Amino acid sequence: MARDLKLRVLTPDGRPADEQPKWRKDFPIDTAEDNYVARRDFTKFMVLISGSFVVGQAWIALKTLGGPKSDAGRTAIARVDELAVGQAAVFSYPREHDTCLLVRSGEREFLAYSNKCSHLSCAVIPDVKSGRLLCPCHHGSFDLATGRPLAGPPRRPLDRIVLDVRDGTVYATGVEERTV
Amino acid sequence: MVYGILSIVLILALMQLWLLTATMNAYLGGDHAVAWPALGASGVCLLLNLGLLRYLYLLERP
Repeated sequence: MARDLKLRVLTPDGRPADEQPKWRKDFPIDTAEDNYVARRDFTKFMVLISGSFVVGQAWIALKTLGGPKSDAGRTAIARVDELAVGQAAVFSYPREHDTCLLVRSGEREFLAYSNKCSHLSCAVIPDVKSGRLLCPCHHGSFDLATGRPLAGPPRRPLDRIVLDVRDGTVYATGVEERTV
Repeated sequence: MVYGILSIVLILALMQLWLLTATMNAYLGGDHAVAWPALGASGVCLLLNLGLLRYLYLLERP
């Protein structure tokens, strides 16, 4: 006499597996089925994350429609005799909330950079003697002469403010954003 | 089969993550030219992922 060797999946309420509620299908008793559900759900979650990456890309793309910062116009930021050699001053350019640093590094040499660290936007502090701009938040430092990162977490240079010194006045004429 | 689909989805999502960080870095550095092509590439990855997810649902169908 042939015996029926097919295993029957036991369910807590005795009803067939197809008639079980959704939550019980999502948390099955059978180990193999449980693994299958977990992998399937993880795949669905990863596709959702994939969609969120596209949303992020779209946000960046839409931000580019506003145009570059470099067309900021010409603004007088300081008089030459207001700063001694080695001194620094804070000014806003091109907008009110874009704070920048103006440093007089020599008798006829002025440098200006965005005041926001390229890591997490903390305000950087000039250290003219050591030729560096220091970020106190995560101990990052930038070269005063070029604005490029020297140490710490920042990987991108500070935005450079293009200057024009004319008739005893320092003018900001544009913003130079850089990746290296 | 599910592991294969999951692996491909993971690789595509990691590529999208790299693309997003690279695009953000370029945007903050003033390079705006890459933003729209990167959006297109990321969109293609999403379409591939959605196709794989649909295939997974088809596999489940009794």
